[in-house]
Amino acid sequence: MEIFKKRVNDFPTPYTCTRAIREGGIETKLSMALMGFGNIVHGQAVKGLIYLAIEVAYIVFMAVNGAGFLSMLPSLGTVPQEEVWDEARQIYTYTEGDQSVLILLYGVATVLLTLLMFCAWRGALRSAYKAECLAKEGRHVNNFREDLRSLLHENLHRLLMTPPAVFIFAFTVLPLIFMICMAFTNYSKIDNHLMLFDWVGLDNFAALFDSGSIIGSTFWPVLVWTLVWAFFATFSNYIFGMIVSLLINRKGTRAKGFWRFCFVLSCAVPMFVSLLIMRTMLQPEGAVNVLLRNLGWIAQDASLPFFTDPTWARVTVIVVNIWVGVPYTLLQLTGVLQNIPGELYEAARVDGANAFQTFTKITLPYMLYVTTPYLIVTFTGNVNNFNVIYLLSGGDPVTDLASTAGSTDLLVTWLYKLTIDKQYYNIGAVIGILTFIILAVGALFTYRNSRSYKEEGGF
Amino acid sequence: MAGQKMYSAKRRRFINNSIVHVVLGVLAVIWVFPIVWVILTSFRAEKGSYVSTFFPQSFTLDNYVKLFTDTSILNFPQMFVNTLIIAVCSCILSTFYVLAVSFCLSRLKFKLRRPYMNMAMILGLFPGFMSMIAVYFILKALGLTEGSLIRLALILVYSGGAGLSFQIAKGFFDTIPIAVDEAALLDGCTRWQIFTKITLPLSKPIIIYTVLTSFMAPWLDFIFAKVICRANSDQYTIAIGLWQMLQKEYIDSWYTSFAAGAVLISIPIAALFLFMQRYYVDGLSGAVKG
Repeated sequence: MEIFKKRVNDFPTPYTCTRAIREGGIETKLSMALMGFGNIVHGQAVKGLIYLAIEVAYIVFMAVNGAGFLSMLPSLGTVPQEEVWDEARQIYTYTEGDQSVLILLYGVATVLLTLLMFCAWRGALRSAYKAECLAKEGRHVNNFREDLRSLLHENLHRLLMTPPAVFIFAFTVLPLIFMICMAFTNYSKIDNHLMLFDWVGLDNFAALFDSGSIIGSTFWPVLVWTLVWAFFATFSNYIFGMIVSLLINRKGTRAKGFWRFCFVLSCAVPMFVSLLIMRTMLQPEGAVNVLLRNLGWIAQDASLPFFTDPTWARVTVIVVNIWVGVPYTLLQLTGVLQNIPGELYEAARVDGANAFQTFTKITLPYMLYVTTPYLIVTFTGNVNNFNVIYLLSGGDPVTDLASTAGSTDLLVTWLYKLTIDKQYYNIGAVIGILTFIILAVGALFTYRNSRSYKEEGGF
Repeated sequence: MAGQKMYSAKRRRFINNSIVHVVLGVLAVIWVFPIVWVILTSFRAEKGSYVSTFFPQSFTLDNYVKLFTDTSILNFPQMFVNTLIIAVCSCILSTFYVLAVSFCLSRLKFKLRRPYMNMAMILGLFPGFMSMIAVYFILKALGLTEGSLIRLALILVYSGGAGLSFQIAKGFFDTIPIAVDEAALLDGCTRWQIFTKITLPLSKPIIIYTVLTSFMAPWLDFIFAKVICRANSDQYTIAIGLWQMLQKEYIDSWYTSFAAGAVLISIPIAALFLFMQRYYVDGLSGAVKG
């Protein structure tokens, strides 16, 4: 994989950890055990003390809690919760058993903290070595005030990036690792493993790929429908939005602003509101059926099965998605469309091409060429498009009562049902991982073949 | 001969234009129709979710009045205040995060720049709420899932991922000529001064865009709020409240009020959106050209 190729280090520095260990003086070597020692020796007292404080804090944390968390991680707890009859109060009380979820969460958090500690340790070592080298060469060693000031200039990225990065670690990375771990456990309602669970290795993956089990037989249809949905949802919006945009912006069209306003109006209404509205309108007794009956297009007691017939439901969600998505596409594509060089169209007109030919031979190839990254993002978004499906059809209709997914359920809505409604946390996590793998492979493949990758590399 | 040819070309153009206008008209009706229907329903006097006529038989303002007076089951004013508090706080936090991260990635060269961007891309491929349960457990471990601390929890959740959605703002900063920065550096500016005194004042469109999108997020999100609030109905946001009105036990008496609520929150959102729209296009294309 080219994308993972080791990059040339653009930021060479003489103060590396290996050199610090190999060539550093006694005070630098001591910093390996006593973080910040080298800094204190060379006059960076405050910095050294901060490093020392970090080390002490970490050791205290590990001694009090961390070691315990880590030691519980392999077993995930063994003491079950028990019911005990409390004679004095005449009620059943519960003894506090181990809660595997919390053990896993704290364990993962401790591992992450240890990794951060390792980074801090490397930083301390490097900083000590740097101070030593500078002092040996007789150059100026920054004091604490100067270090702080450098945060506003050379090290501004540290100041600005740290708070967002902390949030990302706490609310995105840590939960994600936690969920990935869950995929390798038996944390689910099945066999009552909600309080205590164990590592089971790859069993959950095996269950999902075993077409004999209920989960396994549900997986493939849902996967296929997810891909079909993502494909149609992405391209129907893309092409339809492009056509509408072209119609509005063509030379002969009057009142361009008015038409644009009509479309943008519907995307100014919050999406969940318009989806809920659509849902009620398309019910058997909803406004659309009432309107059709009043117009006499269908019989008085008949109604179109928008969400009750599997095929109808699938078409309905795709069509409603067009309604929801086209205004956004319109906003995003109008600018790009206007950038298409006019000479191309003139040349086509001179050669006698009709509107359809111009669209398929000039507009579409040009747009595909320019907007590949946009399409990948949209496709990814559609595979994970929870809102449209959940609020519109809720995954219904359910045709097979034994299975946990309905006909319009995507992998994500199925994941939601499995975790929130059924409490099969482990299977939910496996589905999440598989969704990621599918998207990652698809995105990498397309990126590598797209112009934006070839020009900018890697990103 | 020539006149005839011109006449037929003119005529063909007229026919084409007419067809286009008719098509646009039909499409516009389809797109506006549901919105009109909600507005009509919000003024409908007949109760119940399903009625046999498309147009209401009689009009009333009771649905709006009910939203603000009948607070025993679904407390709409309370939900409004909750959402407003959450929106203002998370908007301030995430705007700062987005702008700071975008500036660093666009302007500063540092070792973790590329790894960070790749990490953001990879994280973006995971289903967003796959980690939702885990986030709930983390917030619970921090003791933020009870009482009014739920608001703090939601603020943290909404601004937590802000550092990952830097693409649009970074794209905008990229269009500001680097020569401006270099000149400022020569004059002895620190990078912090460049950020606050040069880049930010030049980036009004993208700041407004970021502020408005992050302000709108809590009004629109429904899933995270529902998972974190659980049964604490006094902490509900508008989105959960509206969703709740359509549940089986409430739909009959609350349906028209749901429409009224939908209209009420759509008005500010629509106003913000229409206001934001030009900044959105500006932001995508980059407003400051070198």
